[in-house]
Amino acid sequence: MSVNISNLYQELGERVIAASNSGQPLIIKGGGSKQFYGRNVIGEVINIRSCSGIISYEPTELVITAYAGTPIREIENTLSERGQTLPFEPPGFGDDATLGGTVACGLSGPRRPYAGGVRDYVLGIKCLTGKGGILTFGGQVMKNVAGYDVSRLMTGALGTLGVILEVSIKVLPQPEYEIALTRETDFNTALSQMNAWAGKSLSLSAACYDDGQLNIRLSGKKTAVASARKILAMEESDTGLDYWRQLREHQHAFFKDNKTLWRLSVPSTTGNLDLAGEWLIDWGGAQRWLKTDEPVDKIRRVTEQSGGHATIFRGGDHDGEVFQPLKPALMKLHLRLKQVFDPDRILNRGRMYQDF
Amino acid sequence: MSSVIERLRAILPDEAVISGPESLQVYECDALSAYRTLPCCVVLPADIDQVRAVLQICHAEDIPVVARGAGTGLSGGALPVADGVVLSLAKLSRILAIDPDLRLARVQPGVRNLSVSEAAAPYGLFYAPDPSSQIACTIGGNVAENSGGVHCLKYGLTVHNIAALKIITVEGELLEIGSEALDAPGFDLLALMTGSEGMLGVVVEVTLKLLPKPVQQQILLAAFDSVEAAGNGVAAIIATGIIPAGLEMMDNACIRAVEAYVHAGYPVAAAAILLCELDGVQEEVESSSKEVADILVSSGATEVRMAKDKAEGERFWAGRKAAFPAVGRIAADYYCMDGTIPRKHIASVLQTIAELSRQYGLGVVNVFHAGDGNLHPLILYDVAVPGELERAEEFGGKILETCVAVGGTITGEHGVGIEKINQMCVQFNAQELTLFHDIKHAFDPPGLLNPGKAVPTLKRCAESGAMHVHAGQLPFPEIERF
Repeated sequence: MSVNISNLYQELGERVIAASNSGQPLIIKGGGSKQFYGRNVIGEVINIRSCSGIISYEPTELVITAYAGTPIREIENTLSERGQTLPFEPPGFGDDATLGGTVACGLSGPRRPYAGGVRDYVLGIKCLTGKGGILTFGGQVMKNVAGYDVSRLMTGALGTLGVILEVSIKVLPQPEYEIALTRETDFNTALSQMNAWAGKSLSLSAACYDDGQLNIRLSGKKTAVASARKILAMEESDTGLDYWRQLREHQHAFFKDNKTLWRLSVPSTTGNLDLAGEWLIDWGGAQRWLKTDEPVDKIRRVTEQSGGHATIFRGGDHDGEVFQPLKPALMKLHLRLKQVFDPDRILNRGRMYQDF
Repeated sequence: MSSVIERLRAILPDEAVISGPESLQVYECDALSAYRTLPCCVVLPADIDQVRAVLQICHAEDIPVVARGAGTGLSGGALPVADGVVLSLAKLSRILAIDPDLRLARVQPGVRNLSVSEAAAPYGLFYAPDPSSQIACTIGGNVAENSGGVHCLKYGLTVHNIAALKIITVEGELLEIGSEALDAPGFDLLALMTGSEGMLGVVVEVTLKLLPKPVQQQILLAAFDSVEAAGNGVAAIIATGIIPAGLEMMDNACIRAVEAYVHAGYPVAAAAILLCELDGVQEEVESSSKEVADILVSSGATEVRMAKDKAEGERFWAGRKAAFPAVGRIAADYYCMDGTIPRKHIASVLQTIAELSRQYGLGVVNVFHAGDGNLHPLILYDVAVPGELERAEEFGGKILETCVAVGGTITGEHGVGIEKINQMCVQFNAQELTLFHDIKHAFDPPGLLNPGKAVPTLKRCAESGAMHVHAGQLPFPEIERF
């Protein structure tokens, strides 16, 4: 694969330059597994799926570098063979998810509050900007403060700042031992326990409140998990670790209908929000999935008052704003940054916000 | 110039505007004292409104502004600009709130790093980044430099441990970036601001993440008869799936300097020692310590000591913590470098450093964060000997270039500042540097915030000794040569 990579990069670069000359918007596509995420966009598809393959992986360096089109599944399998993993548990939403799409969307799974998100593990990026230049930022080492942190700026930018071509990402050892626990309780008790436990050394790796059950996953050294289990005194869950895999991939029953699904990202101690609908509280209280018919404005207002932000995740209107609107001063800065990376606004135009 | 001082005096109390060469001398440099410049004046605003007013005046008068915390930075990031204003954030030194349930601390930028962990301790929490200057350095400076410390292998750098920032832009506008949630809409400006060396905005408030304090710690000290074996020990620990809280290495020159200074009981004949700190709950630490001890022995350690109690553990660490002052005793001056490399190259890079040491006729002592490949070679020189400082700087530059050549970076945690600005030309090409300038321009159109730091102009790269010709191709063909 890598033998053709410079040709591929040249072709991609030429397409971007041609598009910027003609003003033709481009839609960046990897595996297409997260096309639903963000605003609807129009344009010609530029596919990076063929830029695929692991470039380097040395387990003792805790770093893997791969082309953006590499399937996440391939990366996880490769890491797993050496007892390592992507700690942020990226949801693939299908078998075709790629590394580039994962980094561009910036989505993380149940372990996010305890291990960090995608952005915490990205070490370096090679990207193609809207001007057609191929640039490299960050690197393959754990600590690097040379230059502005463009790699993390690109993470979660939904391809609006550049086409991600290669990513170096920090990996960690797989937990030696994991166990899923559960207990029936009310929302307020669950919320205060999830927050209290997160402040103690309890090997917590996931915590959610779902349909009257407080669910916990513990991960780590077997000795540490055993010690935490004694303190928590919870039942082992019937569905075991599968529950968390299903939650990560939205294969859980809660996600299997056609109702509009909102993602509310809020401070983890936020109490019951005044919004009618069905709730699933993940990330120890910090990520709340809501199926609701409440008006968009109300959802945004209530969420913002709690110190968070709301996203229309699946269903609903993806022609209007999907993400929480930015304050004018912040939007001005976003527009200026877009101007730096993609002055002709050809890359995923409008995917994040209508204005760029 | 006097008009700026007059306008600043009009909005700030008398004692908050310092001018006059004698009182300005305190601010002429940061901890990289080889570079000194007198600013036009120093201002010490006491709240956000005053910071904003200062920036508005400087913006209107087109005067450069250099934000400054405690001045402990090692790369000249807070070096004043001649005729510019130094904006000290020392008076914004309050911890505003600690929320133990949310595990967040909201602090002003002038708060000392260590005092956050002290304030969080009653709740069983701590703030993880712990630069060696943590008793003095301030959170605002930590954000500007993306500071690390000995525990960042496990707990991350500043960028991993902050949730939100309030910044004032060059125009005097207040921006809130990040949130108390785990993410925020839009671009990750929190990451972009972290480590931006005061070039994009002035940090006036920081929300820090607090972590549960580990119940137990154990420190191991292992001696090796070669640096290579010690490097293998590091790789072997990580390959087993253990991430130590800290993993530090010292070479023989450092061991001897330290032992002579603090009598930590280090094995002075060893070619290298590793200090490994493990933390977690009691049972975990006990089992992992045994595991690590076995790994170190099978990697060729000639001796492995496990601290018998807290006092012995502290003694093991005391040597590491005293490494810089210990070196200060054996040399008139030393110059601390900060390159980071993939761990597998530790032995070969140390070999190169030793060869350079002979070539430049200057001693070198190595102490570093082995776990994350962050080297801190200390180059020994005497500023009183004509030419030695220049040789030390050139030697340092070569070390950084070596780091880049093996896939590393010129700075792991100290920042570029003014010190490594020429080496930026080695690490980044003209297009990348141009993009950095464009990012700065997006935040700071008139270019008044800490100008001349962190990102070199292409002209400077073309002129500086850091320009290298690879395979006959000039790196900046579009730049005129002189």
